[in-house]
Amino acid sequence: MNDATQHADHGHDHADGPGHFTRRGYLIGFLLSVVLTAVPFWLVMTGALQDAQTTAIVIIAFAVVQILVHTVCFLHVNTRGEGGWTLMAYAFTAVIVLIVIAGSLWIMYHLNSNMMPMPSAEMSAQP
Amino acid sequence: MAADALTEPHATELSFYDIEDTHHHESGGSTLLGFWIYLMSDALIFATLFATYGVLSSAYAGGPSPREIFELPLVAVNTALLLTSSITYGFAMIAMQEGKLRGTQLWLVITGLLGIGFVAIELYEFANLIHEGATPQASAFLSAFFTLVATHGLHVIFGIIWLGVMLVQLGQRGLHPENRRRLMCLSMFWHFLDVVWIGVFTFVYLLGVLR
Repeated sequence: MNDATQHADHGHDHADGPGHFTRRGYLIGFLLSVVLTAVPFWLVMTGALQDAQTTAIVIIAFAVVQILVHTVCFLHVNTRGEGGWTLMAYAFTAVIVLIVIAGSLWIMYHLNSNMMPMPSAEMSAQP
Repeated sequence: MAADALTEPHATELSFYDIEDTHHHESGGSTLLGFWIYLMSDALIFATLFATYGVLSSAYAGGPSPREIFELPLVAVNTALLLTSSITYGFAMIAMQEGKLRGTQLWLVITGLLGIGFVAIELYEFANLIHEGATPQASAFLSAFFTLVATHGLHVIFGIIWLGVMLVQLGQRGLHPENRRRLMCLSMFWHFLDVVWIGVFTFVYLLGVLR
């Protein structure tokens, strides 16, 4: 009995990553992501918001929320899995991903506006 | 007994979140964490490709613009296929957890078919684009587009191959601990690809058409 407990205990020490999956968790994740996918497609395909910039901000916000939904409901990233190391690795990667993408866009935007040949419309707007 | 006093609280403290897990794992835990770290490095590859696409996405070089070549209905169908394959894989994991071999295999087959549908539609889209003259050589925008989207597509293809291998292994040996561990890794891989696709359909297709 005691031996069996220790045996199982060993398994728990190297906890099986994400732990127990539930049908409910997957269904919630799926329903949320259906909504979070359908709305951006609908916004862009019908042009419901008129203003392109507002639409862009809204669909980026939907994408960020959907990535979080997938992370929690499907990838099961939480504070318990692997003693929190999956969450740590995820957070670290998220920071690097943001730096790479936002940093590249920022730098190249400034390079573009300072060095690249400009389209004639922009050129004529210069003082 | 002293040993009892030491182990019992520990066991009760941990058993609440891992009820199903009664078998012994040699290396399951560290494999899953290692695979997770591989996925995170994969995320960095995609981050560089997204950054490249972001920088080059308006460099048309006289070639077609996103609005002219992207077909959103096709992308919507593709997104639906991949999204559905995520939940069917989830059902496979639940069947695995309940120890149902047939159920696991059935859901894995459905997931694989959805994945094949996704790749087929993507290849059809690429063929159409190339047929219209929107080849990877046409502009920096198209080079970046094909690199990013095809890298994701390649990942899906490898995921489908892995699924096929798992089906063979399940058929031969059933749901033994090693196969369970492999299915957990594939689960992470498959859902991770879905996360990347969220980025692709938002930043490449939707924002491209808005531009």
